[in-house]
Order: sequence, then C-alpha cells, then structure tokens
Amino acid sequence: MWVLLGIAVLVAGFVARLNPLAVILATAVVTGVAAVFGPGVGIAELGRAGLDTIAAFGKAFNDYRYISVIWLVLPLIGLLERHGLQERARILIARARGATTGRILLAYFVLRQVSAALGQTKLGGHPQMVRPLIAPMAEAAAETRLGELPDAVRYRIRAHAAAVDNIALFFGEDIFIAIASILLIKGFLEANGILVEPLELSVWAIPTAIAALLVHGTRLVMLDRSLALQAAEAEAGR
Amino acid sequence: MITLQWLYIFAGLTFAAFSVLSIADPANPKRLGNTLFWGLLAVSFLFGSYLSDLANGLLVLALAVIAGFKLLGQGRPATTQPEERQASAERRGDWLFLPALLIPGVALMGALVLDEAVIFGVPLFGPQQPTLIALGLGVAAGLALAMIWLKPPLLAPLQEGRRLMDAVGWAGVLPQMLASLGAVFVIAGVGDRIGELFTAYLPLDHRLLAVIAYCVGMALFTFIMGNAFAAFPVMTAAVGLPIVVLQFGGNPAIVCAIGMLAGFCGTLTTPMAANFNVVPAALLDLPDREAPFNGVIRVQIPTAMLVLIANIALMYFLAFRF
Repeated sequence: MWVLLGIAVLVAGFVARLNPLAVILATAVVTGVAAVFGPGVGIAELGRAGLDTIAAFGKAFNDYRYISVIWLVLPLIGLLERHGLQERARILIARARGATTGRILLAYFVLRQVSAALGQTKLGGHPQMVRPLIAPMAEAAAETRLGELPDAVRYRIRAHAAAVDNIALFFGEDIFIAIASILLIKGFLEANGILVEPLELSVWAIPTAIAALLVHGTRLVMLDRSLALQAAEAEAGR
Repeated sequence: MITLQWLYIFAGLTFAAFSVLSIADPANPKRLGNTLFWGLLAVSFLFGSYLSDLANGLLVLALAVIAGFKLLGQGRPATTQPEERQASAERRGDWLFLPALLIPGVALMGALVLDEAVIFGVPLFGPQQPTLIALGLGVAAGLALAMIWLKPPLLAPLQEGRRLMDAVGWAGVLPQMLASLGAVFVIAGVGDRIGELFTAYLPLDHRLLAVIAYCVGMALFTFIMGNAFAAFPVMTAAVGLPIVVLQFGGNPAIVCAIGMLAGFCGTLTTPMAANFNVVPAALLDLPDREAPFNGVIRVQIPTAMLVLIANIALMYFLAFRF
C-alpha cells in the first residue's frame, strides 16, 4: 500500500497550490520509489528506482508528444485574431436577431454532440473553436442584451463556452463505434472472455447522451435569465 | 506518406521559433525562462526519439524546475490595436472565418476521404493518429491562405502564436505530463491497489449498491487519475465485472458502456484532466485559472452530478432487463 503515497503527494501539492508540473513529477518519483519500498530495501536500490522512474516518465512523455501537437493551431488563430477574427464573430452575433448566449451555446452543444457521435471529435476544441469563435459570440450576445458586462459575468460566460465543448464531446463521442473508449471496453471484455460488438456498446451510450443533452440543455436555456440577474446585481452593488 | 514524424518536426520548428523570438522580447523580464522552456519542448519534438529515456526524463525535470520556480513570463510581441482589429473585421467581412474553418474542414475531409487515399501504392497518411495529421494539414492550408490574403509581416504568425502560447504557459504541457504520470501509475500498480481497497471495505450485497459503487467508483477514480481510461480497467475488474455482471447478472455491454460514461462525469470535475479543464481556463484568460477548481470546473460540476445520477439509474434499470 506504500505505492499510494504518491497520491497523497499529488493531493497535497494541489492543495498547497505548488506548480502542477513539479507536483506531477514529484508524485511519479515518490510512486516509483514507494513501489519497491519494503523491509530490507537499501538506499541504493531506492535511488535506482527513482532514476528508473524518471526514465519511464521520460519515455512516456516522448510517446505522448502527440497530445501537445494541438498548439500548432495557435499561429493561425493568433494571425486571424490580429486581423479581427474575434471582432468579426461579435459583429456576426450582434446582427443576428434572437441570438442569446444560452441559444448560441445550446446550438454549439447540439452541433458538437452530433458531430462527435459521427466520429468527428476534432471539429470542436478549445484552441481552434471556443477561444476564437464561440466565446466571443456568446459574450457579444450578452453585450447586445445587457450592455457593458461586469467582469464576473464575462468570465462566467467564457467558462460556460469551455464547458459546452467538453460536455457535448464526452457524451457524444461514445455513440461512434470506432472511438478509443469503445475499443478499450471491447478489448477489456475480450481479455476477460466476453465478446461484444462495438455497436452493442455504442447504442448503450445513447440514453446517457440524451440525459446529458436534457440536463445541460436545460441549464443553458436558464442561463440567459441567470446572467441578466447576475449583471443587475453587480450593477446594484457597484 | 505523411506520418506523425512530419507533424513533430512542424511542431518542433514552431516551438524553436517561439524560443528564439522570446530572447529578443525586452518586454518580458523573464524571457530567458520562456526561451529555455519552449526550446526544451522544441528539442523534445525534434530529437526526442533519438534521446535515451533518462535524457527525456531529465528534459522533463528541467521543464518542471523552470515552471516550479516561476521562471516563465509573458511575452508581449507587437500586435494590432483594438481599433485596427475592428476596422479589419468590418472591411474583410465573414471571409475571416474561412481560414479558421479550414482546420476542421480539412480534418473532416482527412477523416472521410484522405485517410483511405493511396498515391503510387503508398498510403497518404501514416498509421498513427491520422486525424491529427489531417489537423496539421488544415493548419498549413489555413496559414497559407491567410498569409497570401492578409499579407501580414512574415514573422506575424509566429509572434502571434507566441503571444497565445505564453498566455497558456506551462499549462500547455500539463496534459502530456499527466498522461505520462498515468503510465508510471500503471507500472507501479497504483490502480490495482485502489481497486483492492475499494472492494475490501464496501458491502456490495444488493444490486443497487453494486451499481452505485461501480458508477461512483468510476467517477471518483477518474477524478484522481484525471482519465476515465485509466480508471476503467481497474474499477471494472474490481467491481463491474465480478459483482455487477457475474454475481447479479448484468448485461456486460450495458454495464461497461454506462460505466465508462460515469467515469466521464468524474473527468468534468477534476483539475487532473488538464486538457479539458485547465487549458481552456488559460486560453480564455480566466482570473482563477490557477485555482484547483477554476470557473470551467465549477460550471461543469452540476451537470456532472446530475448525469452521474442518470447513469446510475440507467444502469440499474437497463442492465438487468436486456
């Protein structure tokens, strides 16, 4: 059970608000060293385990480089922002009558969930869609209705824009048969002697997808009124 | 054949440019830290496959030290003023969306058409991560179009990219670090120990209790690991398969499909799922981006809780009926 010491380091590091990169590496080393810890284990062996863990971490870091490739979109997004991309998104929304923050986010939620269900998980995303387009549109719609936004309202709208992308993706993608999580489940069951077809798994993701749409859709429908209240309260408190 | 390696070279050169441009930015008092940090990432992308595991590990250690001692600052490359942006937005119209939409557009085409394409007997895309490769192509196409049409200074895309990358800062490598931590956890057997603890102390003698234990366990374990994929094999081997499926006769496809989605509810609530919850807070300049539970997570918690309850109900009512 010593191996769980790493989790304690992780939690303590997060609570103490130390830099997460340092906390994560410390967690890895503690976990790796604790895994070999026991009666009669010498300092040299523990040191060896620490180095081995750093090497294992380095190998994994190298294997997982594809995760950070997403930052390649930043030069293009930045270049377009330089030429007014966010401002254009605002103009578009200011012109559209009937566009509210809640409706824009709900429309994006449905689009994102449906496209993820068809396997197109890369059609959304925070760097390429939410920051340059969805968040400015959601903010602009609120500005049209409420005027200059208090900071708290603005940040809450942005957080909602980011959340919509996540929730729609998570509860959409499993409906597609060739997504990583479905393949993982199939592989796991197969290793335990149970054969299931991907389609059998993916249809049972549909009820939860509907539940997520109902739950979060309702929250988005109520969001406009809640934002108006929050803005009015901020105004009164000023 | 376009492989993942090409993409790594593209990314490596971009980070190398961020590094070099950081040195020459007098507006950033911590420019040396930025130069080192992005430079090390460039080394990782360009040469990581040629370095030993330990060398890669020491590279990560250096990244953690730079971030840990707060040696990263924010560059302020020259950019356009809000008025210029407004004027440009009005002049250029909705065409401004086109280069941005090329990214998902080409990615979609890549997935539907190019993925299968064969040229002179060689597949167009390498076997690893074809959708990421298509994303890279979309970025290249969008950049080419934007450069020809907007005619910005030659360094503008790299400087603007650096501006955004500095705004994200160390959080940009957080997802990759957490995935690597997951790999170390697997080697050390952390998940198995947690699974043992879980089953040793919980009475699971009723169908509903077993379903709740499995679903809540998936969410909790995902909260700790930041990744439902890491939690799934552990919790399913400990509770889902032996108890919900074998002891109570639940349908394995339904139990596992919904169990995974219960894990996703945990993903929505944890700072450990950095790419979903921490990176967007940085990208959107939220003031509480460094808090354990930032604005994005706080918005997601109510939905996560309700959908988790829905998952428990769905598993309980569906898994023993079909």
